[in-house]
This record gives sequence, C-alpha cells and structure tokens, in this order.
Amino acid sequence: MIGSQLQQGRSSLLGHVPRRIAGTALSLVLTFVGLTAVTFVIARVMPADPVLAIVGDRAHQDVYDAVYRELGLDQPMLVQYLRYLGQLFAGDLGVSIMTAQPVLDDLLRFFPATLELATVATLLGVFAGVPLGVLAAVRQGRWADHLVRVVGLFGYSVPVFWLGMLALFVFYAKLGWVAGPGRIDIFYEGMVEPVTGLILVDSALAREWDIFRNAIGHLVLPAAILGIHSFAYLARMTRHFMLEQLGQEYILTARVKGVPEGAVIWRHAFRNVLVQLITIVGLTYASLLEGSVLTETVFAWPGIGQYITSSLFNNDMNAVLGGTIVVGTCFVAINMGSDLLYRLVDPRVR
Amino acid sequence: MVERRDPLLIVDGLNVTFDTPHGAVAAVRDVSFALGREKLGIVGESGSGKSQTGRALLGLLARNGRMSARQLSFDGVDLLRAGEVERHALRGRRISMILQDPKFSLNPVMTVGEQIAEAFRVHAGASRREARDRALAMLKAVRIREPRYVFDAWPHEISGGMGQRVMIAMMMVPEPDLIIADEPTSALDVTVQLQVLALLDDMLARRGAALIFISHDLNLVASFCDRVLVMYAGRVVETLRAAELHAARHPYTRGLLACQPRVDGEGADLPTLHRDPAWAR
Repeated sequence: MIGSQLQQGRSSLLGHVPRRIAGTALSLVLTFVGLTAVTFVIARVMPADPVLAIVGDRAHQDVYDAVYRELGLDQPMLVQYLRYLGQLFAGDLGVSIMTAQPVLDDLLRFFPATLELATVATLLGVFAGVPLGVLAAVRQGRWADHLVRVVGLFGYSVPVFWLGMLALFVFYAKLGWVAGPGRIDIFYEGMVEPVTGLILVDSALAREWDIFRNAIGHLVLPAAILGIHSFAYLARMTRHFMLEQLGQEYILTARVKGVPEGAVIWRHAFRNVLVQLITIVGLTYASLLEGSVLTETVFAWPGIGQYITSSLFNNDMNAVLGGTIVVGTCFVAINMGSDLLYRLVDPRVR
Repeated sequence: MVERRDPLLIVDGLNVTFDTPHGAVAAVRDVSFALGREKLGIVGESGSGKSQTGRALLGLLARNGRMSARQLSFDGVDLLRAGEVERHALRGRRISMILQDPKFSLNPVMTVGEQIAEAFRVHAGASRREARDRALAMLKAVRIREPRYVFDAWPHEISGGMGQRVMIAMMMVPEPDLIIADEPTSALDVTVQLQVLALLDDMLARRGAALIFISHDLNLVASFCDRVLVMYAGRVVETLRAAELHAARHPYTRGLLACQPRVDGEGADLPTLHRDPAWAR
C-alpha cells in the first residue's frame, strides 16, 4: 500500500515535467522581455543624445533631423522598443559608434574573452575554496582553520588592481614565470581560426599546442587574481555550511553506525553542503561574467567589462544595450542551470 | 544462548564535563551501573545527563566534552584505554544507538536503502548486492510491507513511524550486542509508539541483545524495561526493579510518579515537582 503510494507519487512527479518545462520557458520569456524593456528605457531616458553622438555637434539641423528620423526617435517609445525587439531577434543590435562595427560582432569578440577568464577563475575558486573550506570546518579552531581564515580575509580585502599589478611585476617582469598582459602574444595573434572565440578551445581544436600553452601563460595570472575573490568567498561559505551540517543529527547517526570519518564528511555532510553551494557558485560565476573592469584593465584583457565601460563613456547606447542584454542573459541562464542542478542533487525539491 | 557470568557493560564512576565559555559544566557525575543481557531504563528530566551517558559509552561526545571513569568496559574491552581504532570497531558493529527523531537522524539526501546498506557494508565489507539483500531482509524484519519501494524512498517520503522502523533496521543490521535507544518513541504518535516498542522488543529478543532505554517517560520505561535508573542533575538518585516502581523511596522518583496525569483522576491540579539541591550533591 505504502509502496504503491510512493510509486504514484513518483509517476505524478514525472507527469509534471512537461508542465514544468513550459513554466520555465514562460518565465524565461518574461524575464527577457523585462530585461530588454528596462535597459531600453534606461538607455533612452539617459541625457545623452544618440543623434549628436553620430553626427557631431557641428552638423546642420537638416542632417540632424534626418538622422533623428532614421533612428526612429520621432516615434513613440513603445514603437521604438518593439522595433528594437524585432531587430534584436533578427540578430541586429545596431552599430557601435565607438568601434564603427555591428555591436553583435563586437560582442562576439569581447564576450568570449570574459567567458574564458571568468570560467577559469571560477574553477580555480571552486577547486581551491571548497576543499579548504571543508578542511577549515573539520579542523575548526586549529591552525589550518586560522590559516584559511587569514588567506580568505586577505583575498577578500586586498584591492584587485593593486594585487594584479604586484603579481604582474613579480611573476611577469621579475620572475618571467607567466606571459604578460593581453590574451596572447602578438606573434600568435590571428593564427587560429576563431570557432568559439575561446582561445584555449580554438587552439586545442586546431591542435596548435604552442598557441594553447601561450594562451594559458597569459590567462593564468588574471584568472588567479580574479579567482582569489571567489576562493575567499567560497571557502568561507563552505566552512559555514559544513559546520552547520556537521552539527546535524544524521551526522551522529553516521558516526554511531561506524562510518569512517572521511566518509562522514564527504559522503554524508558534503552531499548536503553541495545543495547549498550550487546557488553560491552560480551567483559567483554570474558576477564574474559581468566582466571585471579592474582586472581586465590591469591585464589589458579585451573583455566585456572594458567594452561596456568605454561604451558608456562614449554615449554608445547600442553597445551598452547589447552588452547589458548579454550579461542579463548569462544571469538567467546560470540561474536556470543551478535550478536544474539543484533538482538533481536535492531529492526534496524534485 | 549461554548465560554469561560477567556483565556485558560495566560503568563505574562515569563523569562527563563540558567546557563552556562560562566554565566547566558537569553533565554526568559519578554514574555507576552494570548491565547484563537485559533492558535497562534511564529516566530523568531534560538536562539530567541521561543522553550524555549514552553518548559517552559510544565515545561520541560533542567537541567540548570530556569524560572520565574509574572503569568503563564493554565485553572485556577497556573503553577508557581503547584507541580510536578499537572504539571505531565497536561502534555500530557491537554498540549501536537509536536516535529520537527520524526527521533529523536520517540523511535527507541519501535513500533509505542506501543508508541501511551502508551500516552493513561498513562492517562486513560486503558487496553492494549482498548489502542490498541484507537491507531488504531487514526492512521486512521491521515489518515494512513493501521493502523494495521503501528501499528506494527518500527520508522525506516516509512517515515518522516508518522512519523509526528504518532507524531500527539500520542500527540492527550489523547485529550489535548493545542498543542504546535515546527517546526512540518521543517524536511519534502514541499509537505508533506502541507498535515501534513491540517491534524493538521483538528484535532484541531475537538477537539476544541488551538495551539501554533513555526516556523521560517513567511509566513507559517501567512497562518496557527490567530495571530503571533515575537520574537527577547528572547523578543516579535511585535504582529500581521496574516491577517495584511503586515502591520507590527517593523523594524525586516519588515526585515524578505523582506528576503523572491520570485519565480516571478527578481533574485535580498536578502537584509541582519538588527539587532539593541536596540530591545533586
């Protein structure tokens, strides 16, 4: 009887799947419409004249009016927005004033640089921060715990631009262990066919291992500097979650059963910690994908943070809008991803 | 079964102290008892040290806890001298513990079956298949009608009573000699309580295992156990045969008994439990 109830519960659970996918898709569309609407309105109400940015302030009034109409600025805001949406779905994000290139082409060049940097930085942060957080919790109050705390505090409080310059000075200029600023040596520039835009992936696909190694040499320092922050945050959160779980009754149960301490920590406590970590790692990753202007500037990294910032300074609203939409889409995608993972790891929310 | 002369467990002068920011707090003070293959009840109010006595026997005190004793031996093994390896070998395999509330004492992200099978595998080094079969047999033994479904269920999918039967299955699967049951039925409905107790009794009898039953419910303990230890402020104030509970002499035990509400009573006010600091000395 109980079994059949359980079975029923499970099959109805599976029955919900199409409805859930539909729900997710709907919320995705709504989020996207909201995102574009808000950024569009902000871009239009900014006290920057997009016409002036194109024609310059010495242009004749006729030219000004012509461009004004050409941009559709004489239309109501809603019509402008719908037109923008239509273009957006056709893959047309307008032309950037700053680079005189289609915004889409710019984004395809700048965003992969950020994606590469943020992904490696997050991986470094996760693979260093999570185990050290667990170690700190298990050795609570002992020297390992204090060490992780001090390193974490350092990573959290030291300004990235200062640390970045210091690291460049020591590891690049003095020791020569890593390559300097930029994504790749100028010598190699343009030598691999951009397939994904991620130099590591593209060079590996082309089996150009010299270029691959060179790109790693360029990437490792900015990724480490950027990763220190997520490392510090993740170590601290992992320690907190782990201590919370180790205090639970089911841990006592496992110990009573005679489960070895290593398995108590990793098999029992960590599986529960993982549930909580997914959200945190997702948010950390998303915030790095926004682009880190400081790190990108120090390391001359042509990423989306730099792109959006300089577009803003140049009143280049098409570029700002395009960049914002990419970043927003990343946030939505990562949230959906962690939502899915969450369901995989935690049976209670299935 | 051959009757053993030596007691299974000897506890002599057990003390458990916790270091707190406000100084050391003595939770268990000079507790002594010997246990054969019998059912011993330990009763007392919250904070009387009954749970910590149980945890000390397993060597599973909280981080800030310390224990000492004149003698603490289990089936000839000196628990005071035993290293972590020896104590670890006893845990689960020979001494086990049933905790209060399956809502918290089962791992929420592991299936029920996985948790029972693990208890067996840890000690027997058995294959996954073998452990699964044992776990299923154990679920049947605790009278779960459709063991296969419950095996794959998650802890949040089963009821409290079933959870506690799962707990019993998990703790009995390595066939331990001593079970410490810490308030095993306090989180359950009264009707389910009796079913679980009957089941526990049956499992103990089949295995010939000893039981330490920790509870605040004096009547429940008296009806279920052979002998009762009454604890107050970390000390044993009285030891009684369960059948002679009504003949209790210590004023604290008499007070506890007087505080039991009666269905056939006239609705008189419950007496206030009188406490004398001298008992704790």
